Amino acid sequence: MAHVATLILLMPLVGFLLVLLNGPHLKEKQVGYLGTGVVAVSFVLSVVAFFLLLNRSPHQVTVNLFSWISVGTLHVPAALLIDPLSITMCLFVTGISALIHLYSIGYMHGEKDFRKFFLYLNLFVFSMLLLVMANNLVLTFVGWEGVGLCSYWLVSFYFDRDAAASAGKKAFIYNRVGDVGMLVAMFLLFSRTGTLTYLTIFDKAGTLTPTVATLVVLTLLLGATGKSAQIPLFNWLPDAMEGPTPVSALIHAATMVTAGVYLLCRMSPILALSVPGRTTIAIVGGVTAFVAATIACSQKDIKKVLAFSTVSQIGYMVLAVGVGAYSAAIFLMISHAFFKALLFLGSGSVIHSLNGEQDLRKMGGLQKFLPLTFPTFLIGWLTISGVPPFAAFWSKGDILANVFEYSKLLWILGVLTALLTAYYMSRLFVLTFRGNERFREVTAGHDPHESPWVMTTPLVVLAALSVVGGILDLPWIHHNSLSGFLTPSFGLIPTLSHASGLAQTGLAVVDVAVAVLGIMVAISIWRKGPDQPRYESSFLEHVWHWDDFYDATIGRPLTAASQFGDDVVEPKVIDGAVNGIAVSVRRSADGLRKVQSGFVRQYALATVLGLAVIVVYLVARVG
Amino acid sequence: MNVPAAWYLILAAVLFGVGAFGLLTKRSALIMFMCVELMLNAVNLTFVTFARTLSDVGGQATVFFVMVVAAAEVTVGLGIVVAVFRRRSSTSVDELSEMKG
Repeated sequence: MAHVATLILLMPLVGFLLVLLNGPHLKEKQVGYLGTGVVAVSFVLSVVAFFLLLNRSPHQVTVNLFSWISVGTLHVPAALLIDPLSITMCLFVTGISALIHLYSIGYMHGEKDFRKFFLYLNLFVFSMLLLVMANNLVLTFVGWEGVGLCSYWLVSFYFDRDAAASAGKKAFIYNRVGDVGMLVAMFLLFSRTGTLTYLTIFDKAGTLTPTVATLVVLTLLLGATGKSAQIPLFNWLPDAMEGPTPVSALIHAATMVTAGVYLLCRMSPILALSVPGRTTIAIVGGVTAFVAATIACSQKDIKKVLAFSTVSQIGYMVLAVGVGAYSAAIFLMISHAFFKALLFLGSGSVIHSLNGEQDLRKMGGLQKFLPLTFPTFLIGWLTISGVPPFAAFWSKGDILANVFEYSKLLWILGVLTALLTAYYMSRLFVLTFRGNERFREVTAGHDPHESPWVMTTPLVVLAALSVVGGILDLPWIHHNSLSGFLTPSFGLIPTLSHASGLAQTGLAVVDVAVAVLGIMVAISIWRKGPDQPRYESSFLEHVWHWDDFYDATIGRPLTAASQFGDDVVEPKVIDGAVNGIAVSVRRSADGLRKVQSGFVRQYALATVLGLAVIVVYLVARVG
Repeated sequence: MNVPAAWYLILAAVLFGVGAFGLLTKRSALIMFMCVELMLNAVNLTFVTFARTLSDVGGQATVFFVMVVAAAEVTVGLGIVVAVFRRRSSTSVDELSEMKG
């Protein structure tokens, strides 16, 4: 078991190092299949580890690699924690990653920096696995920073484009703000419990006072909002779409952005101690889900719509964490990884076929040109809209049922979001695949072509997973499926009185009703064409002016302060002090040089006079 | 005949005064050197006087040190004076003012 777990983690690193050291000698195909292969091996090993774990009781193994930091009372081992939560994360992270690596071989074909791209991807998978498998907060933080760094590199992959370079910086800086939260949470926990290892922290969780517990939860939430793109740190994610599409699919939809949700789930025993903390989490999640969904309704870039949709879906997960439905959050995380990766890769296939065009207004009528992308995208669309029996119907339904028990107000918000989700995704679908053909201009009159097999295979696999993903956790077999498997990881679950079967059926009917309503409204509006400013509010298109708000409250005051420093502090205060010292030294030297006359007799006179003074002094003292 | 110690001291003071006066008034480096020697020997005389009065050989020992140092100083100093004279055909110290501030 220990070896298997270590190998899961190390395979992507091996791939990274092989390409790093031999890069120039390898052909593009070799790099691509090597990078894909190591991740696929990781996935196979994860499956093995999963079955090994099933046969163990309790389902929990700590693998000690080596002692890493040992200073005073701080002991941080490099150790892995294999439990239901981490192995579930491993399975879907490596599985989705392997598919997206395969897709990238086709999508990035012929790119100048093909090797660099796979280097980053492999390093990213390694960091992500480190994040989820670590048995302490410090090691998790290393992975946390690692994925942030890879995300930065990959967002600004086309760094010669201004927009990509600044999007990378934006992602990095927003994540730094969140990191402060995570660091403070680590400081607090270490000062109160004296350890940073998860299991020990949970053992000592009882010694935390409610105030400290709330503080820890809120700072963790800040960390999670940075990484998982929640309010108030969500607007880096849409900009991150400047990266290549496989990156958007892998990092900014399926895996990295779920790290914040994973962290909150991992720290569930601490979350259980703080009611105000969990309420805040639920509100942040619910509001983010709704706000992002409204924004997605007015975006004109196909990837931007999907980006805001991701923010919105992660909002659902955070909402689920807030109400204590951790396994529901993980359930949605997995099914979201399936269908959002599918949608992103599908959109990538569309963009690929249109020579890089991303504007929805220049698509339309692609149905008959993309015989594989179209049906898989159709499945992705129905899944995210919440149509039964696809995966998201079950996972979103699970979350909404839990939220219904917790707060009716948040439930209404959640249902409204579901309505908007169905609406904006249908708009996207109709504008892309239906209606008249508006792409002739970008393809120079040619027919768009379907993508190669390396790109369509992942689409088919992901579509199949989206269809059947629901069986992971059907409501009537809860205890024998995903949530039953995950429960030991979540220790102290705040008890929820589960809704009766009848109420659950009622809630499910509501879910289906809003999904169908959203789809019908969107189709009736958007089949007429893309130019309907009545339904595209500029307020929503400009992201509720959120960036302008930050610019006005943080950006411009800081710029003004820097300008002040440049205009006043630097020339007057700093240069003033430096020049002042120099000038005063020169003036006093000018005065003193007059003493050096060059006449030896003057010096002799001075000596004799000094001697006389000493003699007079000595005589006076004696007398 | 026993000469009182005060007489030696008075003689030393007079010699020192003559040396100091010469040092301050003469321009020739050579003469100034001799004046300095005069002052040094005036001080030597007081050392010896007190050595005898107080029956302490420390004073006599010091005189030897002063003489050695003075000899070394004269060697170096005369070397400089000769070098200066060769370049300028004059030993007037008033002309040696290149190093003034």
